[in-house]
Amino acid sequence: MSVMSSVLLLAQEQAPAAPVRAEAPPVTAIWPILIVLGAACLSVLFEALLPKDLRWSFQVALTLLTIAAAGVKLITYVSDAPAAGETAMFGTLAVDRPALFLWGTLLALSLGAVLLIADRSVEPGGSFVATAAIRPGTVQDRAQVASTGMQTEVFPLTLFALGGMMTFCAANDLLTMFVALEVLSLPLYLMCGLARRRRLLSQEAAVKYFLLGAFASAFFLYGVALLYGYAGSVRLADIAEAAAGSDRSDTLLFAGMGLLVVGLLFKAAVGPFHTWTPDVYQGAPTPVTAFMAACTKVAAFGGILRVLQVALESTQWEWRGVLWGVAIVSMVIGAVLGLTQTDVKRMIAYSSVAHAGFLLIGSIAVTDKGLSSTLFYLLTYGFTTIATFGVISLVRDSSGEATHLSQWAGLAKRSPLLAGVFTFLLLALAGIPLTSGFVGKFVVFEAALSDGMGPLVVVALVASAVAAFFYLRVIVLMYFSEPAADGPTVTVPGAFTTAAITLGVIITLLLGIAPAFALDWASSGVFAIR
Amino acid sequence: MSTSSTGSWLLAALLLLPLVGAAVVVALRGNDSTAKAAALAFSIAEFALAIVAWVQFEPGGARLQQAFSFDWIPAFGVHVSFAVDGIALAMIAVIGLLVPLVIGAGWLDKLPEGRTKGGFFALILLEQALTVGVFAATDVFLFYVLFEIMLIPMYFLIGSYGGARRQYAAVKFFLYSFLGGLIMLASVIGCYVLAVEQNGTGTFEWAELVKVVSTAPLETQIWLFLGFFAAFAIKAPLVPVHTWLPDATAEAPIGVAVLLVGILDKVGTFGFLRYLLPMFPLASKELAPLVLVLAVAGVIYGSMLATGQRDMKRFLAYVSIAHFGFIALGIFAFSSQAMVGSVTYMVNHSLATGMLILVVGMVIARGGSSRVADYGGMAKLTPVLAAMLLIAGLSSMSLPGTNSFVSEFLVLIGSFPNAPVYTIIATVGMVLAALYVLWLYQRVMQGPVRGDALVGAAGGPGTMVDPAVGAKKAIADLSGREKLVLAPLVVLIIGLGFFPKPVLDVVTPAVDATMCQAALADPVQSGERQLQCR
Repeated sequence: MSVMSSVLLLAQEQAPAAPVRAEAPPVTAIWPILIVLGAACLSVLFEALLPKDLRWSFQVALTLLTIAAAGVKLITYVSDAPAAGETAMFGTLAVDRPALFLWGTLLALSLGAVLLIADRSVEPGGSFVATAAIRPGTVQDRAQVASTGMQTEVFPLTLFALGGMMTFCAANDLLTMFVALEVLSLPLYLMCGLARRRRLLSQEAAVKYFLLGAFASAFFLYGVALLYGYAGSVRLADIAEAAAGSDRSDTLLFAGMGLLVVGLLFKAAVGPFHTWTPDVYQGAPTPVTAFMAACTKVAAFGGILRVLQVALESTQWEWRGVLWGVAIVSMVIGAVLGLTQTDVKRMIAYSSVAHAGFLLIGSIAVTDKGLSSTLFYLLTYGFTTIATFGVISLVRDSSGEATHLSQWAGLAKRSPLLAGVFTFLLLALAGIPLTSGFVGKFVVFEAALSDGMGPLVVVALVASAVAAFFYLRVIVLMYFSEPAADGPTVTVPGAFTTAAITLGVIITLLLGIAPAFALDWASSGVFAIR
Repeated sequence: MSTSSTGSWLLAALLLLPLVGAAVVVALRGNDSTAKAAALAFSIAEFALAIVAWVQFEPGGARLQQAFSFDWIPAFGVHVSFAVDGIALAMIAVIGLLVPLVIGAGWLDKLPEGRTKGGFFALILLEQALTVGVFAATDVFLFYVLFEIMLIPMYFLIGSYGGARRQYAAVKFFLYSFLGGLIMLASVIGCYVLAVEQNGTGTFEWAELVKVVSTAPLETQIWLFLGFFAAFAIKAPLVPVHTWLPDATAEAPIGVAVLLVGILDKVGTFGFLRYLLPMFPLASKELAPLVLVLAVAGVIYGSMLATGQRDMKRFLAYVSIAHFGFIALGIFAFSSQAMVGSVTYMVNHSLATGMLILVVGMVIARGGSSRVADYGGMAKLTPVLAAMLLIAGLSSMSLPGTNSFVSEFLVLIGSFPNAPVYTIIATVGMVLAALYVLWLYQRVMQGPVRGDALVGAAGGPGTMVDPAVGAKKAIADLSGREKLVLAPLVVLIIGLGFFPKPVLDVVTPAVDATMCQAALADPVQSGERQLQCR
């Protein structure tokens, strides 16, 4: 398939109302994507046509309904989907069991993130800037902070990003994957710059993310080009076939593979390609950070799993050693640099780098178990992270969120419930039994050990122990330290944030105590190679 | 798997009752006195249940009794299954005894500002439920889960209610144990993977895993052994990974120190017996010298540091480290006599050291200082307290007639044929024990009344000196409550010193079974006792 036609097809796919041709493929499988992207377009029209004071309520209703509708479509499809999966949109999308699991995970996680984004009780007017195009620190900026308006464009941006993520982890060829990567990234770059307070930090985060993201996209695209040169096709299955038995130059293959994987690792915030993570996590509005941390991770690892298991499986002995090293570097960077952080959002960012290392361990075990365990880990990590950022958004002082760790001292005395919930979430991130974090680690390490990666598992366990120290430090601060005199206050969250945190905490507990159903779902099938 | 279903409700009740108790006590925490009464009532009820379980247990019956089990995560063959053998039962009985005593001893303790008695006792009851679970678990996954979870209440007990450096001590305690646990997790998963390779389906059922793993080649066993051993050595603790214990003991409130040393640390030596020997018999034999060296080093090092301690609570920690050395020696000397000695040592150490900690706590509560140098001649003011310290101390140095003598003697005499050099060195520890116990008693209790804690710094605040005795008025002898707390321990220390049969009868079949699982034979078939493997 030529490059041109692939792009055209993608354009068609983004317009759900496109005329159905006679030989059109079945669309039942991809209804969830169509609904999300269609609603995103509708949402743009809302922005353009609705009066300002109606936009927020319409946008929230539309976004929540979209996610619910896509979820319902997904569930009805899953019940009678072919076990081996099928392709859609002329073979550009592979709707197989892992893709369906990832879609379900993304929809569920984005529901939590949208609830956080929609909240206007914690910060009057919401966490988003009223007018993005004013200079920070000016009189207008101060007026903007006090106003209750917000840029409701964040909702269509969220939906576009979500649609991009869903396409990304179902993409059956590298070009679709690249377009999906851009569809998911561009809205995120914008969303990072929309914080109501600390505008400079937020804009800096957006620019950093954009510049480094553009680099990563270039790497990815260059890799695609080289692989096309090698295999004569961008389809994953064709690349797999070419790599399995051909006497073509390996240079193209390995160079293309390396560049491609670097692009993917960047999106997944795996060390040493993590450098954007702490700055962006800290600067972005906290609900957007939650969305990025949970959903982007899921999508990026969905893509990594598909590329490694479908296209590059036969060459695993070439790349495995390198990714071993990358996983170790990521875990060490996350655990060690996490120790030195004084800002709670940056700390969670480094924690996510360490978690990316654990996820990579599951991904490079190219077995069915490796796949299902990584999928399960993504599900558990996403929910815990959303709830974690939800809680972080509640601790505030007069200048906004109080994210400096010293401000969290003695929080348990003022707000035992919040401290209890946060402690539970931190223990889940540390991987203590009876939380989903433990079961996730357990299944990933089990898959890795079965695949003969004993030393890597030992490194991972030591990294977990080191990382446990910085989670513990927060617990120590909250419970065993005296509160500061002018410490922050804990905002009583409104319905949306409460719902998001409750959702995250319940799933974290549920998957820790009774993980059987989710494990079964995660291991219900493998990637379709066609 | 040989289990009997009779009395399985008992074990379920033993596990659930403290949990219910913790919930009730938390609900009542607004009112200190009702919360305290509820906590005491629940802990006494739990002790009564433990006695019923003891009576129901048939020493000659199946290895694991009172079992119950149901599926937890079928995909990984994980069960929630509990059962007790003689060793686990003895430890559960000790837990049942110590918790009411700890609650009684902490009845009037002042807690840090903003903390309630209800919260404190609820955490203790929660810890009790988890430790009962750890000893009773017969699924390795479940054991691991409880092994890690039981750190959390203890972490909050030390960190929220402890002394000045409690944050440091709590974090150190948690990190050491958590790291050990994670290393064990690697081995736990490794055992599971072995089971999958061998049987096609994985399981975590202890009895099944023993069959699979004990036949694995030596090299595999050594790696898996080391994973479990790391966790148990930190928990026990053996030198050189013991450094968390003195800090944790020194900063923990007295009652919590009793639970820490008396119960939590026993999970380590229990793990040697339940997991290391049966699952990795080849590796156990191969690595026994390593463990023996650490054990004997612990005996000598612990004894010497105990002798030199200036702080009474740290003293207690080092005494325990020395005793854990004896226990490990008895287990890895591979004779049923020494192993029975070690198991009874586990029980007796909980009683003797538990009492020693409680008595030292009573001394500290009077003087307000834990420095040995702040005391002197206290026996003149508090003769009954002095007598209690002497009894607990004499039991800690294994004087004949006290319970610890029986176990220490069994350990030494049983270890000698297989490990003569180690045994001889360890015997030096007995001499050092006499030194550190008697010297402590002499410095604190004998001679003229002296020391800042008793006489008070001249002119300082709160020095209401009674001219008749020349000491602070607050220094009074034991109250009725304190006597009541110590009485059961005194009775058991002396009673089990003369008549240890009840404990020996319960633990011996379990020890024999462990010896057989580890394919060990007694070096000398002594007297009537013959090791018979079924």
